[in-house]
Amino acid sequence: MNLCITSYSRFHGNKVLVNDRLVFYQENILNFADFIKSVYKQEQINYPKFYKMDAISKLGFLAADLVLKEATVEGYPPDAVGVVMSNSSSSMDTDMAHNETIKDRSSYFPSPSVFVYTLPNIVIGEVCIKNKIKGENAFLISETFDARLLCDYVEELFINERVEACLCGWVEVLGDNCNAMVALVEPEARRRNEDIPGFRFLPFNAGSLDLIMKRN
Amino acid sequence: MGRIKDHMKKSVYILNDNIITSLGFTTAENTAAIRQNMSGIHTISDPVLYPVPLPLSQVDTTVLDSEFGMLLQLYKKNVPAGPYTRLEKMFILSIHATLDGYAEMAANPKTLLVISTTKGNINLLEGRYKNQFNHKRVYLWEFGRIIQQFFGFRHPPLIVSNACISGLVAIMAASRFIQSGLYDHAVVAGGDIASEFVISGFQSFQALSPAPCKPFDLHRTGLSLGEGCGSMILSVSPGNATKSSVRITGAATTNDANHISGPSRTGAELSQAINLSMNQAALTPGDIDYISAHGTATPYNDEMESKAIDLSRLTHVPVNSFKGYWGHTLGAAGIIESVAAITSMKDNFLYRSAGFDTPGVPVPLNVITSHHHTAVNTCLKTASGFGGCNAAMIYQKD
Repeated sequence: MNLCITSYSRFHGNKVLVNDRLVFYQENILNFADFIKSVYKQEQINYPKFYKMDAISKLGFLAADLVLKEATVEGYPPDAVGVVMSNSSSSMDTDMAHNETIKDRSSYFPSPSVFVYTLPNIVIGEVCIKNKIKGENAFLISETFDARLLCDYVEELFINERVEACLCGWVEVLGDNCNAMVALVEPEARRRNEDIPGFRFLPFNAGSLDLIMKRN
Repeated sequence: MGRIKDHMKKSVYILNDNIITSLGFTTAENTAAIRQNMSGIHTISDPVLYPVPLPLSQVDTTVLDSEFGMLLQLYKKNVPAGPYTRLEKMFILSIHATLDGYAEMAANPKTLLVISTTKGNINLLEGRYKNQFNHKRVYLWEFGRIIQQFFGFRHPPLIVSNACISGLVAIMAASRFIQSGLYDHAVVAGGDIASEFVISGFQSFQALSPAPCKPFDLHRTGLSLGEGCGSMILSVSPGNATKSSVRITGAATTNDANHISGPSRTGAELSQAINLSMNQAALTPGDIDYISAHGTATPYNDEMESKAIDLSRLTHVPVNSFKGYWGHTLGAAGIIESVAAITSMKDNFLYRSAGFDTPGVPVPLNVITSHHHTAVNTCLKTASGFGGCNAAMIYQKD
């Protein structure tokens, strides 16, 4: 079974790439919140729950959505599609927000709507809800992007026949620094005839993932 | 993908294990306490930890520090003098105990360290630790590096942080990597501490029970938090196990795709994870001898689990939850509960589900009401968590 990357998105700084094309770029971005909202608006995704999400979920949600705009997982059984994500700081961005609410005993206001996002895998839940994906999930942590690890993990899912397609990637936000990549991995046999114009499917391996991460 | 050819032939054995909780610092201490119907959940009044008293299952700090002090003496020449955080002490003690008799495994290039935790050193966000530890220490990769370097593991650890199913995801990741030949052995360790960060969050969800938790009971009112650490060695070889060896024969995760903080209303997705793992192990519902459930004692979790167990046609199977003994230990749960379940298999002895008196889930389950001897050859372990995740795992005894 040869696996390939049939669609990918890349978020870095104030740019968004989808399948080698620059789809978003804005000169004067103030901060992450401004950036991610601008991308959301440009893509005209009508999903009010988006505004309730924390930074990492917004980033991962949009990154997955752009991938699935150009390739679909709808032909697969919901429990045969997996989502494997990774990052460096886990949910630290939201952890600090929750910590602010409990720092001072005289103004103690922990909130369930913040606390629920203090787990990195919530972004996987958000992606699954939007796209009706019900298969394998895992969130892995490494100091820097580890293409080998991601590749090995996802390959095991295919080898064990746990998935027929899998979204995988890196979703990192800390303050205003964001860095994300999401790729859809499918067996070559399933690739459709009409390739995405101008984009050649990449073989699924660590080299391809590293290559995508280098596209800024 | 040339690895696919021989993966079906390989079995993954569990060679050794350890549990550190409020009930003890070894697997044997923990199971002995459980046999005596002891619970580690007690009302704690510690204003530094949390403003009001609440039931909690805590690891004994005095014993932890003294055991760790002795261990540090043993390793003195080769490891940094410290300081070490509360969670690091638990992980190091647990892994050290698990490696007893397998010490050479740490430095073996074919050994992988797998870590499961939801929050790691999250207490370091509290101001009082600022001068004691480098700010990097709160990141899970730095936590993992400390553990890796202490024992001299060759590879950076695989770190899983996937809410309450982290422990089972860690075990299945290790097991799959061994089956496909990437590694021959894995040390899998999982843990979390009871921190103000986590307690305040669960409290804001109104998920905490004012009394020790009562999984599957009619009068259950929420979960009790606990802290702890567990570890196990997985290997391609059955090793020198004196009792019959236990293998991992099926594993799967699924997602509800329904809600980020509430379980599925139907249990269909947990049931699917159970069915997938039974299929992989080539077992049918009639083959399962025992279920070690997640059983957090929140109204919705236990309700969902009962429906899932019913959908998988397993309501006849004896089931328990260990949460009544040591609370919900988050990143440790999947591992320590698996280790305890494996002792049931080795000893052919099922433990009472603590806190359960009156049936209280929509589909009646065969909840274990008293400790008893019975043949336990196959065990299903389940877990579910925030983010809509579910996991199921099959253990089989040779």
